Amino acid sequence: MTTVAPGTGTHAPSVGTAHTRVEGRDKVTGAARYAGEVPFAGLAYGWLVLSTVARGRIRALDTDPVLAMPGVLAVLDHRNAPRVDTDYTGLLGTPPDPTCAVFQHDRVPHLGWPVALVVAETSEQAREAAETLVVHYEQEPHDIDFTGGRPDAYPVDGHMPGVTEKGDLDAALVSSAVVVDAEYTTPEEHHNPMEPHAATARWDGGRLEVIDSNQGATWVVGELANLFSLDPASVRVRSEHVGGGFGSKGVRAHQVAAVMAATVLQRPVRVVMTRRQMFSLAGYRSPTAQRVRLGADADGRLRALEHRSVSVTSTVHEFVEPSAGVARVMYDADAHHTANRVVRLDVPTPTWMRAPGEAPGSFALEAALDELAEKCGIDPIELRLRNEPDKGPVSGLPFAGRNLAACFREGARRFGWADRDPRPGLRRDGRWLLGTGTAAASFPSGAAPSTASATAHPDGTFTVRISAADIGTGARTALTLVAADALRVSVERVRVRIGDSDFGPAMIAGGSMGTRSWSWAVTAAAGELRERLALDTDMPPEGITVRSDTTAAIGALTPAERHSFGAQFAEVAVDTATGEVRVRRMLGVFAAGRIVNPLTARNQLRGGMIWGISMALHEEAVRDRASGGHVGADLAGYHVATHADVPRVEADWIDDADPADPVGIKGIGEIGIVGAAAAVANAVWHATGVRHRGLPIRPDRVLSAAAGAPDA
Amino acid sequence: MASSTSSVITLEINGEKHTLPVDHRTTLLDALRERLDLTGTKKGCDQGQCGACTVLLDGRRAVACLQLAVAAEGREITTIEGVADGDRLHPVQQAFLDLDGYQCGYCTPGQICAAIGMIEEHAAGWPSAVTDDVRPEAGPPPLTADEIRERMSGNLCRCGAYVSIVEAVARAAGEAAAERRVTPAAEAEEAVA
Repeated sequence: MTTVAPGTGTHAPSVGTAHTRVEGRDKVTGAARYAGEVPFAGLAYGWLVLSTVARGRIRALDTDPVLAMPGVLAVLDHRNAPRVDTDYTGLLGTPPDPTCAVFQHDRVPHLGWPVALVVAETSEQAREAAETLVVHYEQEPHDIDFTGGRPDAYPVDGHMPGVTEKGDLDAALVSSAVVVDAEYTTPEEHHNPMEPHAATARWDGGRLEVIDSNQGATWVVGELANLFSLDPASVRVRSEHVGGGFGSKGVRAHQVAAVMAATVLQRPVRVVMTRRQMFSLAGYRSPTAQRVRLGADADGRLRALEHRSVSVTSTVHEFVEPSAGVARVMYDADAHHTANRVVRLDVPTPTWMRAPGEAPGSFALEAALDELAEKCGIDPIELRLRNEPDKGPVSGLPFAGRNLAACFREGARRFGWADRDPRPGLRRDGRWLLGTGTAAASFPSGAAPSTASATAHPDGTFTVRISAADIGTGARTALTLVAADALRVSVERVRVRIGDSDFGPAMIAGGSMGTRSWSWAVTAAAGELRERLALDTDMPPEGITVRSDTTAAIGALTPAERHSFGAQFAEVAVDTATGEVRVRRMLGVFAAGRIVNPLTARNQLRGGMIWGISMALHEEAVRDRASGGHVGADLAGYHVATHADVPRVEADWIDDADPADPVGIKGIGEIGIVGAAAAVANAVWHATGVRHRGLPIRPDRVLSAAAGAPDA
Repeated sequence: MASSTSSVITLEINGEKHTLPVDHRTTLLDALRERLDLTGTKKGCDQGQCGACTVLLDGRRAVACLQLAVAAEGREITTIEGVADGDRLHPVQQAFLDLDGYQCGYCTPGQICAAIGMIEEHAAGWPSAVTDDVRPEAGPPPLTADEIRERMSGNLCRCGAYVSIVEAVARAAGEAAAERRVTPAAEAEEAVA
C-alpha cells in the first residue's frame, strides 16, 4: 500500500496562467501523428471517384478494365457496396446527411458526389485507377442559381427557430425618423483545415477500429454504429491529433467508404480526401443573401429591426445557415422580425463552419448598424450602447452577464477611437486612403452532457480521460490545467488523455462548447477524486478511479441568455489605383468568461479575427453555372489569408467572471470571427466613403465602386 | 527491383541513407510519408499551394509534393525529424513551442522548415518583394515583421496563428543573427510584439 497526498491548500491555481501546449514538443518535431499517418501492416489505399455531372443518374461504370490494372483490389460502387441505414437521429439531434451514406443508389444530386471507391495496394495505383474509371451518366438539367429573391426559399428551423416575429414592422418603420434598408451578400466559403480528412479503418478481433481526423470520437462512433447497424461498443474511433476542423470534421464519405472497403477486403484501408475533393465532400458555408431593415428615432434608438437571410442547401439534406439569429441576441426593438430561409439547389450540403450564422449574420447586421450610425450622425459605439437590451430581445430571458459595453470601452481606449473623425474619405497616406471601423460580436455559450474519468496512481500522478478532441484549440492543455486545479496539484502530475471513443460519451469540439462542457466533466471527476483521496488514502496498486457524468447538472441550469461578447476594431488602407485593401491593424476585446490558458486563448481569438480578415477580403468559392461545379477548387483558386495579409492583430479580454455559473468557462473558438468582417468593411467605408455590402471586398469591386462614387 | 515503372533509389535524409524501390510516380512527399515512415512532413494540398510539405533540399526550402522521389537522389534532404540536435530543439522549434506559433500543428513542420531556410536566404542577402534596397551591396535588409510575413507567405496556417509564428521566427532569426554577429533582428521582434 502506498499513500498519496491529495492537493493541499497551498496549491497555486494553474487556470489563468500561460502554459505551452502539452503536446507542443511532438508538434514541433513532427512526432505528432495525425489520422493518415499511423502505420498498419497490409494497409490498402482507397481513392474516391466523384461525379462529373451536377444532376442525373449513373448509367454504367466500366470497372472491368480498372480491376485489371496493377495492384487494384476492388472497386466499390452502388451495385456492390455494403448497405447502410440512414434512418436514425444522431448525437446532435439531426438525421445524417445522406452524403456520407455513399454508394447506395444511382442518383447524382451534385457535382462531386462520390460514385465509387477504388482500392489498391499503393496510393499511386489507386489514384491512377480512380482517374481511369469511366462512369457513364444520364445527365439532367441542374439548377445552382442562388439569389436572395428566389420564390422557392422557405423558412427552416435549424438549431434555432426559423422565424421570430414581434410587433408591427411596417408601422414601426413608418414612424421611424431614420431608416436603413440594405441587402448584404456573403459568398460560399470553405473550411479548408490544413489536414485533409483522413480515415483508416480495420477490423480487429471483431471490433471495428477507425483512426480518424474528427471533432468528436464518440460522435463518429455513434454515426458509424448506426450506419452499419453495429453495437456502438464494437466500434472504436481514435483521433489523437486533428489538423483543424472548423466544423467540417464529422462523419463524411471517407470514413464510411474506408469502413466498407475494410469490411469487404478484411484488411486495413485508408481513405484520404484530396484538397480538391474536400470542396465537394467536406461541407462548406452556404452563400447568404440578407436583407436588414432598421428603423430608429433621431437619437438612434431602434424602433424596428428586420433581419432576413436566405442560404442554400442540397436536394438531399436540409441545413440552414442561421444568419438572422444574431439579431435575436444583439438588439431589441418594438418591432423585431427575423427569418432564416433556405433554397434547395443541385449543390453539396453545406454545414457548420466557424460561427455558423453569426459570422455572415454579424457582417450584415453590424454593417447595417454602421450605416444607421452614419445616418443618425452618432458615433457607432455610442449607437450600440444606446441599444443595449436588458433582456433577451426575443426570448425575454435575463442575460447571464452581458459585458459588451465594457468591451467597447476598453477597446476604444486601446484602439484610440476617441480621436476618430467620423467623416469618410478624408485620411490619406500616399496612394492609400485610411479608415477605421468597429463592430460588436456575440456567440452563445452552451454546454452539453459529457463523461470523464480521473485516476489517481500510486506514484502520485493522475490520469484524466475524456473523449475530447483537440483540433488546435489547445483543449488538451486547457483540460490539464482544469484538472490540476480540481485536484489541487501541479500540472506536472496530471496527464490528460483525449481523442478515444473508449473514454465514453462527450461533447464534440464544436459550437464553442467543447472546453466548457469537458471542463465541467473533468472538474466533477477530479474534484470527487480529490475528496475520495482526502478521506481514504489507501491506494490499491491499480489506483483509484472516479467517473463523472454532467447530464443532470447541465439539465439543472436555469434558463438564461448565455453568451460571449466582444468589440472588434480594424484600421484599413485602400489603394485607390489598384483597389487593394490592406488591414493595417486589428484589435478585439472580448468578454468570454474565465480564460483557462492565456497563451493559447489569445492565439485562438486572433485566429478567429484573422478568419474575419480572410472572409472580408479573400474567401470566395465560385461556381460555374454550366457545369455546376467550382472554378479553381484548391488553395490557389480559393484564397485564405496568408502571412502577408495579416498585420498586427491583438486580442485581449476583460474580466467576465460569473460566480453563479458552475464552470465559469465560455468557449472562445468562434467569437473571434464574429463582427470581424463587419469591422473591416466599416473601415473600408470610413476610408473611401463607399459601402461594400457584398463580400469579399475584392480589388475589382473597390475599383468599380469608386468609379461610380463621387467622393471616392 | 528496377523496371519500366519503378527504380531502386538511395535518398539521403537527415544524414542517413535509405535505399528503396519506388514507383516512378511517387513524390518525395509520399516516399517520406508512406515508404519511410517519416510522417512529420505533412500533405496539405499535394499541389504546391500550401507549404505544409516544405523540406530543405541542399539547405534550400522546397515543397516535397512537387518533387519526384527519383529526382531527389543525390540531394541532401532535411525534414522536420532532422532539424533538432538530438534532444535539443532547433532554435526555430523552441521559439514555436515557447511562443505558441501554431494551433492544430499540421502546418507547423512546414512553417519551421520554411523559417529555417528563409533565415539562411535572408542572411545570404536575398531580397524579398518588400525589400526597399535590393542592390547586392546593400546587404541583407533588417528582418522586420513585414519581411518575415512576405518571405513566409508560401506557408498557409488555416488556424490563423500567423502573429505568433512571425514572433517565433523573429526571435529565432534574432538568435541566429546574434551568433553570426550581423544586424540583430530585435527590431522585428519588437515590431510584432
